[in-house]
Amino acid sequence: MMQELRKERLDRGIKVRADSIYAISSLKEIMFLMGPGLILVFGLLVLPAVVSPYWQRVLCIAGVYVLLSISFGFLANYVGLVCLGGALFVGVGGYLSGILNAYFGLSPLLAIPLATVAGAFICTLLLLPCLPLRGVYFAIISFVYPLLAGRLIAATGVFGGTDGIAELDVLTNKWVNIYLIFILILVVVFGISRLVNYEDLGLVFRGVKDNEQAITASGLNITFYKAQAVFIGAALGCFGGAYLSHLYGWAGMSLFAIDFSILPVAATVVGGSGILYGPLLGAFLLIPISEALRAFGTLRIVFYAIVLVFFVVFWTEGVLEYVRRKYEQFEHWVRV
Amino acid sequence: MELVIYGIINSVSLILMSIGFALAYGVSRVPNFAHGALFILTGYITWIFLYQAGLPYALAVILSLIIIALIGAALYQLILIRVRGMPISEIIASFGVGLAILELLRWAGLRGMTYMLPPFMKESLNIAGVPVSYHRVIIVGAAMIMLFFLWYFTHYTKPGLALRAIAQNERAALVLGIDSDRAATVAVSLGAVLAGLAGVLLLPLGNIVVEMGYEVLVFAIAVSVCGGLGSWKGAVVASFLIGFAQIITVTYLASHYHFVVALLIIIIVLITKPSGLYGRQKELEERV
Repeated sequence: MMQELRKERLDRGIKVRADSIYAISSLKEIMFLMGPGLILVFGLLVLPAVVSPYWQRVLCIAGVYVLLSISFGFLANYVGLVCLGGALFVGVGGYLSGILNAYFGLSPLLAIPLATVAGAFICTLLLLPCLPLRGVYFAIISFVYPLLAGRLIAATGVFGGTDGIAELDVLTNKWVNIYLIFILILVVVFGISRLVNYEDLGLVFRGVKDNEQAITASGLNITFYKAQAVFIGAALGCFGGAYLSHLYGWAGMSLFAIDFSILPVAATVVGGSGILYGPLLGAFLLIPISEALRAFGTLRIVFYAIVLVFFVVFWTEGVLEYVRRKYEQFEHWVRV
Repeated sequence: MELVIYGIINSVSLILMSIGFALAYGVSRVPNFAHGALFILTGYITWIFLYQAGLPYALAVILSLIIIALIGAALYQLILIRVRGMPISEIIASFGVGLAILELLRWAGLRGMTYMLPPFMKESLNIAGVPVSYHRVIIVGAAMIMLFFLWYFTHYTKPGLALRAIAQNERAALVLGIDSDRAATVAVSLGAVLAGLAGVLLLPLGNIVVEMGYEVLVFAIAVSVCGGLGSWKGAVVASFLIGFAQIITVTYLASHYHFVVALLIIIIVLITKPSGLYGRQKELEERV
């Protein structure tokens, strides 16, 4: 006879205590609550200092993907815009910074912030007409923009055409390079968490995703708020692009490569959607693995694709949710 | 005159590339983003049968179409059935499968001049003073036959009618005893065969290269979006629109713009009329 079993999950005692006033009763409870955050902060600050120079550079590039993943996760989970335009943000930011640096002679430290803000503005303007679109339609159109931009640059030959803009100034100090992006990641991830959880604007964003009628009924303009969210998301991507162009000393068509659109999706799927730390974790998992697989050439994209399909189809909760469950709950089999 | 003839041929090619995608989406509501990969894969399988196994051309084509139908059915039964009803997951999953197939082929060495299918007939004829190879004439003829067959299939046969029933009102179709998953399997599989057919017909015009897979996907999306996602009559009209737009820009500007036109059309149509020329979806579902 087959025995029917079911998995029962219960919150750990410490989790129950830490949810209420007892959270401050002892150091153990406080550490239980703050542990994950502290691991994140110290992990990000210490990690670049202990790895070899080669991996430091990998981490710099990984940082850009992390920013893009956070941007994607923010737009998809909190505003309801599935934006596959990561490559558009990177491309616009990178080219703007390259132009400011090469044609106007601004130093990278000035060109990067300028390109971030101006690029985010341009991206928002470009996406403005399609903001009323929903779901799949917005996903398709935002995916097509960077493809179009790349082809247009190749066809018209502006900004150096297929050769790109070469010999940009680079940030020479590698510590500035690496901590610039890592500290920014921390600021962004905590800032956006705060924005969507505690600020009025975040509440409106979530309303835009979950209940458009309520937003309209409150006399708020949905498109206006979507534009603000896109501005935030685009600023992250544009910074990433501007940073990349000064890391390589080159701004070219590869900034519009679809990797920048696809990988954030993969990171969100692998890390787990729902909260912002999922995409962050996913990106930090995927980039080093992809780097380690570099020897296999294009086979690593195959590996990527298979992982992506596996997570989408069979493990939808993602890694972070799994880890969180193990952290907060214990589970055992009970007879039904 | 040359413009008209090559415009027609280009439009018909677009119909071939996109009809499978439009059909699978229109019927089973499954956006099959592995479409471009199936297109290339069929060409590759045919090439293997033709040159490695030494089969006659016709047999190789038929065998590879059967294989691609099975692959399409497997794609639905193993992967897509589990993410049914979640559009974004469906897109990610099917695109992931397509990406895996294409990059695996690239890794296996599918690039350059190595892989070529011979045209069905090498001679060419003159139509109103414009030389057109017989192969292109065959493409147009095959497309006409295929469209007629599809129209007959979806209007006068039971499986075809079942497909349309599912598309129009899934619940009512279920009440009448139509198995939704089986219909969707048939639709995805049929879509795969159409992609494969397009591959076998169009690939002899050039080399079998992986990039073509991505291009076919974008063209299929462009045509489907322009004609209205899921309406395959719209897809035919849209193919002619985009086909002629492409030929005109290529003739008067440069061949780079071939692709730009398709992308621009996607953007313009989505911004102005997201349901496309013939889309009958509710406006509320697509925009706020």
